[in-house]
Amino acid sequence: MKPTDIAAPDYFHKVVDCQWACPAHTPVPEYIRLIAQGRYSDAYMINWKSNVFPGILGRTCDRPCEPACRRGRVEETPVAICRLKRVAADFKDDIKHRLPKPSAKNGKRVAFVGGGPASLTVARDLAPLGYHCTVFDGDPEAGGMMRTQIPKFRLPNSVIDEETGYILNLGVEFKGGHRIESMKALLAEKYDAIFVGSGAPRGRELDIPGRKEAAAHVHIGIDWLSSVSFGHTDKIGKRVIVLGGGNTAMDCCRTARRLGGEDVKVIVRSGFEEMKASPWEKEDAIHEDIPILNFLVPVAFIHDNGKLTGITFQKVKAEYDAKGRRNLVPSGEPDQTLECDDVLVAVGQENAFPWIEQDCGIEFDKWHMPKVDPKTFVSTNPKVFFGGDAAFGPKNIIWAVAQGHDAALSIHKMLSGEDITERPLPEVHVSSQKMGIHEWSYDNDISNDKRFKVPHRDKVIALKDIRTEVELGYDVKLALGEAHRCLNCDVQTVFSTSLCIECDACVDICPMDCITFTENGEETDLRHLLKAPSPHPDQDLYVSSDLKTGRVMVKDEDVCLHCGLCAERCPTGAWDMQKYLIEMTHAGSACPTKSRSAA
Amino acid sequence: MTYIAKPKFHHPGLKKNELGYTHRDYEGKISTLCAGCGHDSITASIIEACYELSIEPHRVAKISGIGCSSKTPDYFLGNSHGFNSVHGRMPSVLTGANLANRDLIYLGVSGDGDSASIGFGQFAHSIRRGVNMTYIVENNGVYGLTKGQFSATADRGSKSKKGVTNTDNAIDLVAIALQLGATFVARSFSGDKAQLVPLIAAAIGHKGASFIDVISPCIAFNNHAGSTKSFDYVREHNDAVNRLDVLVGRDPIAVDYAPGTVQVVEQHDGSKIALRKIDADYDPHDRLGAQTFLARHAAKGQIVTGLLYVDPDAEDLHSHLNTVEAPLNTLEADTLCPGSAALDKFNASLR
Repeated sequence: MKPTDIAAPDYFHKVVDCQWACPAHTPVPEYIRLIAQGRYSDAYMINWKSNVFPGILGRTCDRPCEPACRRGRVEETPVAICRLKRVAADFKDDIKHRLPKPSAKNGKRVAFVGGGPASLTVARDLAPLGYHCTVFDGDPEAGGMMRTQIPKFRLPNSVIDEETGYILNLGVEFKGGHRIESMKALLAEKYDAIFVGSGAPRGRELDIPGRKEAAAHVHIGIDWLSSVSFGHTDKIGKRVIVLGGGNTAMDCCRTARRLGGEDVKVIVRSGFEEMKASPWEKEDAIHEDIPILNFLVPVAFIHDNGKLTGITFQKVKAEYDAKGRRNLVPSGEPDQTLECDDVLVAVGQENAFPWIEQDCGIEFDKWHMPKVDPKTFVSTNPKVFFGGDAAFGPKNIIWAVAQGHDAALSIHKMLSGEDITERPLPEVHVSSQKMGIHEWSYDNDISNDKRFKVPHRDKVIALKDIRTEVELGYDVKLALGEAHRCLNCDVQTVFSTSLCIECDACVDICPMDCITFTENGEETDLRHLLKAPSPHPDQDLYVSSDLKTGRVMVKDEDVCLHCGLCAERCPTGAWDMQKYLIEMTHAGSACPTKSRSAA
Repeated sequence: MTYIAKPKFHHPGLKKNELGYTHRDYEGKISTLCAGCGHDSITASIIEACYELSIEPHRVAKISGIGCSSKTPDYFLGNSHGFNSVHGRMPSVLTGANLANRDLIYLGVSGDGDSASIGFGQFAHSIRRGVNMTYIVENNGVYGLTKGQFSATADRGSKSKKGVTNTDNAIDLVAIALQLGATFVARSFSGDKAQLVPLIAAAIGHKGASFIDVISPCIAFNNHAGSTKSFDYVREHNDAVNRLDVLVGRDPIAVDYAPGTVQVVEQHDGSKIALRKIDADYDPHDRLGAQTFLARHAAKGQIVTGLLYVDPDAEDLHSHLNTVEAPLNTLEADTLCPGSAALDKFNASLR
């Protein structure tokens, strides 16, 4: 293999698995260290810069970082990254003075359709640069689905108010209760750019017999949740069936439990394991005495003269074809009818753009989705950008934020007269953490603690009030314990070939058998020559140039604990522990010397 | 010296030996030696050899004297018996322990000061008596703990870190061991685990006095130009006569080597050593030939490594003395003191 180019910004970025997996590339280990030091405000600001909504995401994020966490490959469970983010939000001081100040307007106007996470992220990035941002939303308050669809017992209004407030206070104009009904009309208002962050607002229908007749007691999940959120709905029948296996279904069933549902069930077509809901959300539902029944396909709503009485299900089983694709086929068992008073349908969300006229210069594809460039987020109309669920269908908040940052950069470049396809490289800082012969500026002693559980409110109390937050969050002591579990993967092992005397000290001390000195070869051969097996080929091998004996140093990045023992035992300083900090390019933050093409 | 303990986590894919242990289970405390010390590689090699042989740690007694090398038993086999003796007295303590209980595996760990200076006599007699042990000298040619004076194994003409030339003749412990009748003699290099690990494994399987001289560069005081025990010098002048594979168990040997290039030696414990010849003329069963070979190469400044001599049918001190097989601590009072009738019978036999 060729020597690894550690100067390429992506190489060490990939080693920080959590940051690499985060769509917004939040520098996770950096803020976890700050939490361990009690610097909650600093930890919050790092998050605020990357992901805009630390308090909201610290409660609701889908956590792509956690399955990626290296700790999960070393022991059973990853670091509770998401809930540590909440710790930063919970314990920070007043940070208002650290936020950007509303700046003098540059005369350029940007309109936002929808006031959810994508639009607010773009506005957050553009407002401090002097853009006049106007956010339109059909709802009276900002937040979009974060406010309307996520139940208050998971995400209190105070948190949404605070974090949307930080953005609106940057001089962003918010026009609540003002739904945009015509793109053409909006274009006519001669904004310099338009950002569409209107989400995926339509809940998918379940068109089976009885749907129309029983309509009074069959509700579309996200509409019902938002009706609950605004206080229009405050009760439900005693026996409730929730159809669907995603996170919306989990929110529906837990909400139903709080509005009078005593016998609430979730029923899914697939197997329990394949459900789309996050494992922890399933756990929380089960904890609230909500059974999840699987392999049942609804075939008809049963009603008594228009009064819903139950649902009939066909029993299915999973079969896999030659390509490993799953098919649900009837198991042959008799159909089953389950009685209920109300049904919540949470079987998916869809995009809907009835308000975008055909002659706006915005082309749609065959799935009725706008044609949007996945890097610049521009539509076929060069002044109109899309982001969040509106661009590529339903995903999570963190994706909306990441796309918002990229769209903001595009808008800023376009309105500065630059080529939006030229994307500035992120800024990378690499610095040695050596403080003494065996001292480092980070805590390299590896904690053996298992993941700490987040304390929950007592179930009896939690189920009484829909606005009582269930999770209490870590206290300072638990947060410190959990923070210590982080392996500091951003503190990189950096190898200097010219200093190595091949004494084997690093090989001997490495607790994870990561390091091998061997003859060079092709990657597949090298992976077989390693001291310990290499089960994850997606994890890079760090290969040195030729050493004095003609061999090379090969380090499998897979399960490195970043404990720094290789560097401590190295007599010549050929190994050093260097902190790698990558800052993604946001609008206005770049001083672009190098850039890469968006293609 | 490292301030943190070595993390308990290990690679999830580590192989386990017959006892269900990984090589991590054979570790001891974290080393307090200087960073890069060759001794730590020897420690790692002992760990690897014991892991590969599936040795139960409680069946091993590790005994050492004083010095950098003699600290190392703390860093391997944390669940074994250990005795850190007076300077140079490891061989006597080991001999005594071995006579009291022959069931244990004896690992004597010593250095060039401990064995070639203060303990030279002790070294000589334990070898001469054929004590069943693996005697490892971690040989760096300097007194590291007292800041790098030449030791008795430093080659004449080699230079100290400050540039002083050594005018004394060197003791070659391998030559002495051969002369004193050691039945397993090897030399290796801490920077070559592929050679060292099987040598240690084979030495442990050998019944009789096994001696391994391991050249182990002292990073702090003896790894400079002019030293003959530096990484660079040893790598340049290393003349390996053979390579070893130790085959545990009684499976038939199926080694894929060209005919005539591999020699199989069956050890007393049933394990087999496959010796891959590098030097076609070298015969590891010829003590006299080995001595000459060694002397001739030493004169050329070459360091001969590999398994230099082995007598697979060797006997040990216990068989010479016809001692009782059971460990002394298991003997009951009636065995130890069989009564006046037995004494009378014994006395009568001497009349």
